[in-house]
Amino acid sequence: MKPFRYETATDPATAVDLLSRAPRAAFLGGGTNLVDLMKLGVEVPEMLVDVSRLPFDDITETDGGGLRVGATVRNSTLAVHTAVRTRYPALSQALLAGASPQLRNLATIGGNLLQRTRCTYFQDIGKPCNKRRPGSGCPARSGIHRDLAVLGASQHCVATHPSDMAVALTALDAQVHCVSADGERTLPVAELHRLPGDTPDQDTVLRHGELITAVELPPPVPGARSAYRKARERASYAFALASAAADLKVSDGNVEHVRLAFGALAAKPWRARAAEAALLGRPATEESFGRAVDEELAAAEPLRDNGYKIPLARRLAVALLTDLAGTHAEGAR
Amino acid sequence: MTTLPRTLGADTARLESREKVTGTARYAADHARPDGLYAWAVPATIARGEITAVDTATALADPAVVTVLTHENAPRLAEGDDPTLAVLQSPHVAHRGQIVALAVATSLEAARAAATAVRLDYTSEPHDVLLTAEHPGIYAPETANGGHPADRLRGDFEAAYAEAPVQHDAVYETPPLHNHPMEPHAATAWWEGERKLCLHDSSQGSSTVQQMLAQLFALGPDQVLVTSEHVGGGFGSKGTPRPHAVLAAMAARVTGRPVTLAFARQQMPAVTGHRAPTIQHLRIGADRDGRIQALAHEITTQSSTVQEFVEQAAAPSRTMYVSPASRTTHRVARLDVPTPSWMRAPGECPGMYALEAAMDELALACGLDPIELRVRNEPDREPDSGRPYSSRHLVECLREGARRFGWQDRDPRPATRRDGRLLLGTGVAASTYPVMVAPCHAEAHARADGLIDVRVNATDIGTGARTVLAQIAADALRLPLDRVRIRVGCSELPEAPVAGGSSGTSSWGSAVHKACDGLRRALEEHSEVPATGLTVAADTTEESKGGKEYARHAYGAQFAEVQVDTATGETRVRRLLGVFAAGRILNPRTARSQFLGGMTMGLGMALTENSTMDREFGDYAERDLAMYHVPVCADVPDIDVHWIEEEDPHLNPMGSKGIGEIGIVGTAAAVTNAVHHATGVRVRALPVTPDSLLPHLP
Repeated sequence: MKPFRYETATDPATAVDLLSRAPRAAFLGGGTNLVDLMKLGVEVPEMLVDVSRLPFDDITETDGGGLRVGATVRNSTLAVHTAVRTRYPALSQALLAGASPQLRNLATIGGNLLQRTRCTYFQDIGKPCNKRRPGSGCPARSGIHRDLAVLGASQHCVATHPSDMAVALTALDAQVHCVSADGERTLPVAELHRLPGDTPDQDTVLRHGELITAVELPPPVPGARSAYRKARERASYAFALASAAADLKVSDGNVEHVRLAFGALAAKPWRARAAEAALLGRPATEESFGRAVDEELAAAEPLRDNGYKIPLARRLAVALLTDLAGTHAEGAR
Repeated sequence: MTTLPRTLGADTARLESREKVTGTARYAADHARPDGLYAWAVPATIARGEITAVDTATALADPAVVTVLTHENAPRLAEGDDPTLAVLQSPHVAHRGQIVALAVATSLEAARAAATAVRLDYTSEPHDVLLTAEHPGIYAPETANGGHPADRLRGDFEAAYAEAPVQHDAVYETPPLHNHPMEPHAATAWWEGERKLCLHDSSQGSSTVQQMLAQLFALGPDQVLVTSEHVGGGFGSKGTPRPHAVLAAMAARVTGRPVTLAFARQQMPAVTGHRAPTIQHLRIGADRDGRIQALAHEITTQSSTVQEFVEQAAAPSRTMYVSPASRTTHRVARLDVPTPSWMRAPGECPGMYALEAAMDELALACGLDPIELRVRNEPDREPDSGRPYSSRHLVECLREGARRFGWQDRDPRPATRRDGRLLLGTGVAASTYPVMVAPCHAEAHARADGLIDVRVNATDIGTGARTVLAQIAADALRLPLDRVRIRVGCSELPEAPVAGGSSGTSSWGSAVHKACDGLRRALEEHSEVPATGLTVAADTTEESKGGKEYARHAYGAQFAEVQVDTATGETRVRRLLGVFAAGRILNPRTARSQFLGGMTMGLGMALTENSTMDREFGDYAERDLAMYHVPVCADVPDIDVHWIEEEDPHLNPMGSKGIGEIGIVGTAAAVTNAVHHATGVRVRALPVTPDSLLPHLP
């Protein structure tokens, strides 16, 4: 590990200011990803600004009946919060599906959103990786890519985003509040992460020195139910092969409201807008769920070893929507 | 025999359990000294070639960095028996991840930073890292691991197979598997003068480390002192010294200060051994009633260019079932890959996966219950050797397991049980592991204060060896356990073999028993212990040669119930049951842990542990525990272990067989047989992951 400067921020303005003046500095939340990457030499910040003690550790009700979650709230705290469990079950389930209890106790909501990919080439500084070292190449396309992207990838990068929580937040239409030297701004979680294009080194649209201060959940759609489902190679402590979060309301057998997002298929949580559009007003049946998801996944471009993700995501989403629709409740876990 | 309650067979807690749970038990790297240095290894970033230039200037610019060792400046080693230990001796790179430099600094962080600052230039040569059944480099070795002949041919296999009315012909594959003990390979080394090397080493046998380091550093064995007091697992990967011990010793010599080195988790797959992948061709010809007439088990595996290591995966087919005609062979290709080595139940573990999966398929082909098929093929003598079995209770294990598991009501038809979206199935497989024993020395010393010091260089790698040896001693002495002071884990103690081959307790225990039994007799001749005490030394070289007239193996039966989620292809084990016959169980508490741990590792082999060779770069892709999926608690919801009482007079004074490895043997087949029963899908390449099942699910 390279020596670095460590600063504890006591207010957001100082944190932003410190970072803005240091091009190779980074914010430190729980450190569960960043510190690992520093040990591997993947991240080499010259300064860490510890933002975990900023006064962003509240979960508060918003005026409209939504929930505002401070960026330093720990994953474990949010997962068990009563309002989250009752009104946004997909979010609670996604949080609990991620990592291990020890990691969830440390990891922060802001940091979780900014996790970096688990692609083996990104994590090995002895190998090329366009995300880590722009222009060095992407061996994953022809190499090890079983876990990598089938949607929205580019010639330059096929990384996936590893967060479970972000998938649920995307399906729930959550917003991210940020602050930077230029002031505050709010953007949908669905627009936070970027597809790689020819600049895969930039995971998100955040500018250097821009700090996530909170995540805001809109009020639940009355009568809708949400859930998260993740497929993985062991029962706990494994990243998703594919995952899905959905929020669904059915009336008179037809889909009245639906939001669907996939995880582990792309460099960002994949909001399935095409599937949603295809489902609105249609019968809430396995058949129409399948057709809609097929429409969404038609754009998938699998590589040699990750084509299984397409039928997996389809089955996962259809099962999730079917369970939510209540037409096929048995067997759900 | 004795009027005291037997200490042997008692449910005794580990003697060092308090130290372990309170964190006061010190492991090799915990012995880092205040005046000491830390080292960090630099792995090669090419798969084959030569180092052409070394630039350590940037690394050495940090005043905290004391030295950087490379092949240009590292001490020359004498030739040793293990070529993987010839570290930093030449510019040649045999595989990616080979250690090519060592940064040594006053802090761990500085050493790590320096390691990343070392610049090496290479000339790369084309590399060849992918094993296929048709690889042109495949050859027949003389022997497989363990001294087994590479080939054994009995009868005319081809003719017998051609005539058999029921034929099963399939290829099974196992991936590379990594030992990944919880404690990484680590050592703290220092020199006392020019001619005395001392180290704390994370090893499975410090007598072996002592001998091999003495060889490399041209010292007498008495000039090397190796301590391995507490060891956080090894699973075979610490059965021989690893490069970390040599590197730490070198760095300590060059710097004149104690040096602590631990491999990073990500470095381990390349330099601490692993189980090589296997491609196993099984052909079984049987009568319609399931009696095997012909059995061929042909292995293709790989080793590195550095050393030949041939996983003896066909060996269990030479002893398991009746097979009038038999062909068991091993072939190996030497690739530009890390050197494979011992991993829990080498040979039996991958070989029994394939044989027991094939037996399940044969049972279906014959329309027989898989337990009945095995019973019908129970041999009365070991097929290849013709020797009688010293004891063999496989059938009893199968029957007892069937009773406990509820096998009787099983409907053999696959893919017929549903629980919502889940498909349910059950499977069975047999386990076996040979009885091995090695010569060992031990000493028992009666002190004037009434306590007995027992000394033997056994190694407790977390198994409970220290405890069971104390129990053996107390039993032989006919004294209560608290009168025994056992000391293990240091090369200054009487020489002993490694904790490996499930032979530790047999080998060490025989010597401890002999010394303590001798001491008890000697004490009977004294009215009181002399002031200087009384010592009896034992050497079991002669005894360890005995018993060869019998085929000696432990047996077991494993049962699994799985669920396969049709929405995701995820397989989860609902229940796992193992019933074993392994001679006398000397400590039920620690024995249960051994069986249970082995079965859990077998579950990982079946479902979660996957390692992929990166063709372009020549290393294993899954190098940390986030990506190399060893099972977690949630994968093992219900696991049950039993054993049957087995009296075998042809073993050792304790009547025990080894139990460290048999638990992993057969588990993978029990699980994959259950997956087939659940889904009707036969996956013949491990592990069974969602991508292999999904295309076949309803």
